[in-house]
Amino acid sequence: MTSLRCFFAVVVLVVSLVSAAQAVTLKLAYAADPVSLDPHEQLSGGTLQFSHMVFDPLVRWTKDQQIEPRLAESWQRIDAYTLRFKLRQGVRFHTGNELTSEDVRWTLERLQRSVDFKPVFAMFEKVRVIDQYTFDLITRNPYPLALQTATYIFPMDSRFYTGVDEKGLPKALLRKHGNTFASKHLSGTGPYLVSHRQQGVRVEFDRFADYWDRQSQGNVSRIILTPIKSDPTRVAALLSGDVDVISPVPPNDHVRIRNHDRLDLVTLPSTRIITLQLNQQRRKEFRDLRVRQAIVNAINNEGIVKKIMKGFATAAGQQSPKSFVGHKESLKPRYDLKRARQLMKEAGYESGFSVTMVTPNNRYVNDAKIARAVVSMLAKINIQVDLRTIPKAQFWAELDARSADIMMVGWRSDTEDSANFSEFLIMCPNPETGAGQYNSGSYCNPEVDRLVMQSSSEIDKDKRRSQLQKVEQILYDDAAFVPLHWQKMAWGVDKKVKIEPVLNVMNLPYLGDLVVTE
Amino acid sequence: MVAFLIRRLIQAFIVMFVVSLIGFAIQSSLGDPLRELVGQSVSEQQRETLRDEMGLNDPFFTQYLRFGEKVLKGDLGTSYFFKQPALEVILNKLPATLELVFGAVMIISIFSIPLGVYTAIRPYNWVSRLVMGFSLIGISVPVFLTGILLTYLFAVELSWLPSFGRGETVVLFGSWETGYFTRDGLLHLLLPCITLASIMLPLFIRLIRAEMMEVLSLDYVKFAKSKGLSPLRIWLVHGLKNTMLPIITVGGMQIGTMVAYTIVTETIFQWPGMGFLFLEAVNRVDTPLIVAYLIVVGAIFVITNTLVDLIYGLVNPTVKLARQ
Repeated sequence: MTSLRCFFAVVVLVVSLVSAAQAVTLKLAYAADPVSLDPHEQLSGGTLQFSHMVFDPLVRWTKDQQIEPRLAESWQRIDAYTLRFKLRQGVRFHTGNELTSEDVRWTLERLQRSVDFKPVFAMFEKVRVIDQYTFDLITRNPYPLALQTATYIFPMDSRFYTGVDEKGLPKALLRKHGNTFASKHLSGTGPYLVSHRQQGVRVEFDRFADYWDRQSQGNVSRIILTPIKSDPTRVAALLSGDVDVISPVPPNDHVRIRNHDRLDLVTLPSTRIITLQLNQQRRKEFRDLRVRQAIVNAINNEGIVKKIMKGFATAAGQQSPKSFVGHKESLKPRYDLKRARQLMKEAGYESGFSVTMVTPNNRYVNDAKIARAVVSMLAKINIQVDLRTIPKAQFWAELDARSADIMMVGWRSDTEDSANFSEFLIMCPNPETGAGQYNSGSYCNPEVDRLVMQSSSEIDKDKRRSQLQKVEQILYDDAAFVPLHWQKMAWGVDKKVKIEPVLNVMNLPYLGDLVVTE
Repeated sequence: MVAFLIRRLIQAFIVMFVVSLIGFAIQSSLGDPLRELVGQSVSEQQRETLRDEMGLNDPFFTQYLRFGEKVLKGDLGTSYFFKQPALEVILNKLPATLELVFGAVMIISIFSIPLGVYTAIRPYNWVSRLVMGFSLIGISVPVFLTGILLTYLFAVELSWLPSFGRGETVVLFGSWETGYFTRDGLLHLLLPCITLASIMLPLFIRLIRAEMMEVLSLDYVKFAKSKGLSPLRIWLVHGLKNTMLPIITVGGMQIGTMVAYTIVTETIFQWPGMGFLFLEAVNRVDTPLIVAYLIVVGAIFVITNTLVDLIYGLVNPTVKLARQ
């Protein structure tokens, strides 16, 4: 008996050793691990990165901001309201169930119940199932971003999530602060399965043997994701070879990693804009166009990018980054101290005034340092700033309360589209529609609102571009806010990990396609 | 003895009541937990509805009463982030922290006693001067700096030791996973334990040295010398034994403080213990977890202090625990 057991133990050991020799394991360290296995619980970068590992979207962004087919093989616009998709056939979920149109319908319905995803899918009416592999995505109004939004639809295994769990609760239950079935179990079509998860410590992924995409060059059979919160520790883990990939990389360590023989640093532009909002409701001075322009001209954002961000950002003159439809090439960063002083003089504030400013100190890269630089820059045009930097947990409440004259707000468009910036940061605040939710400057321009609203139902691409570019021009002329920069993203990797081809500006690495050379 | 324990138990309840009240009172200034739970596009109305659902809009005393009622049933609340009972989450992380503290205590005991005794016996020797000099540096360098320096030296530059985490662990019993029985686990323990010990070790060397010097100048030591006892016997049996009394008291107290220092050490080494958990909970405004942590740490303080008093009574029979 014992010898038999011994024999089996040896067999198991040998088999696992042999397979381990062929398997490529990737050790990955992010600042945080996914908060839940439920892809609809929280809309965040972390959730989407995770979704791309264990689920697959209908369509996804390519590196050059185009849309490529994934689970949807093809699509065509039927009318202003309807997009018709054809699903790829023979795609299996992790449970072995086959993917059908019904799963897509089920998933969209669940998305529309999700507190976080609801705003993104507000424009959608429903999915109409035509046959097993064909369905229509129908919007309430003509909606130009229907296809872009389909990058957020990661079909879930509706049969797996139907029924009740051992607690008698529905398996599909979606709850932020509850121990739900979907937050602990999952079945998607993605390249990886979660084989082990200890929240906050590590998540282990194994390659899904029946993954549909046989064309994929990806050869990583196992991923171990460890959250490492502290920046120096994450860098040390990469330098010492304890992990193969880290992200984010703090700007101070870029040179060190780039110069390392064994390591590569990959940086990409991101689409997150960092801005300062000038509260016109609290300060009558900010209602004066000349004062706002003076402030924009006094802040040397190119200098901030160079000195504080160490080149790890792109100085901005508008909201929309280069790849976005509303981006207008002529709107360059402004810095002209002489003109700023002149404008202050014309406005009658030559001797200046004092204001309050609140910024977070752990939300954006170098946020507190940037804020301090802005304080000294504004001092040159005699604006005395009383600055307070606070942790993000407290900052959001302050932002909601509009508790300071100048506040720092960063924004990444959920739709990879220009209109989203204006909807949240610039449109006249309206609690009912949710417009201008983060417009702590209370800038309100009916013309801007009208153009943004129009663009939201404009199917014609050229018309839409001119509308959104016009918005940027107005905001530029009006000095509606102070654009600082678009952050960049950085990945530190072992040279054997060919990460560059699977990265994109949305910061959603397609790890299923990742190639690691030995 | 029984009377002493009962009194301690009552004290423990008072301590925990006060701690929970303070924890509850500060939560409103920590920030808004909803922000960490929802995405950026969720409207204020939606958040308000969620807040209502979670009972966060109720007045302070309603919330505290609800909390108190649950505590009596042994439920310290459910963590927003882990979606599990807060106590369960903390107890799962407790072994990692205790192993870290245990390792640090071992390092402190092994090094502080011989070094403290030696520097007391030979105060002007160059070795003693070196030890005292180093201990001064040890006291003045903050823990996070020690941790980062050690990581860069031993993990990055020399590649001798791993830079983060617990490494390979084996299940000891129940949910207690230990790193003490695998080579990998022990290697992972080394740097964090040294870092944690670095703040206390110099303190104890200095404490033992001072106490020992005092004891050695007492009359009974002189008598022992004149009686012709061997110096080794005088130092270790007569001197050290009497030196240890105050050391035990201070040591016991410091174990509690050490639990607090684990917050920094665990953050540097991504050590999955309760100190790191607490810091994360503060960042995420996970209030149930914060309150539960404060209560558990309060309990640890009370327990260690009680143990110290008991041990003190055993070592020094002249101490009476309870009034007769």
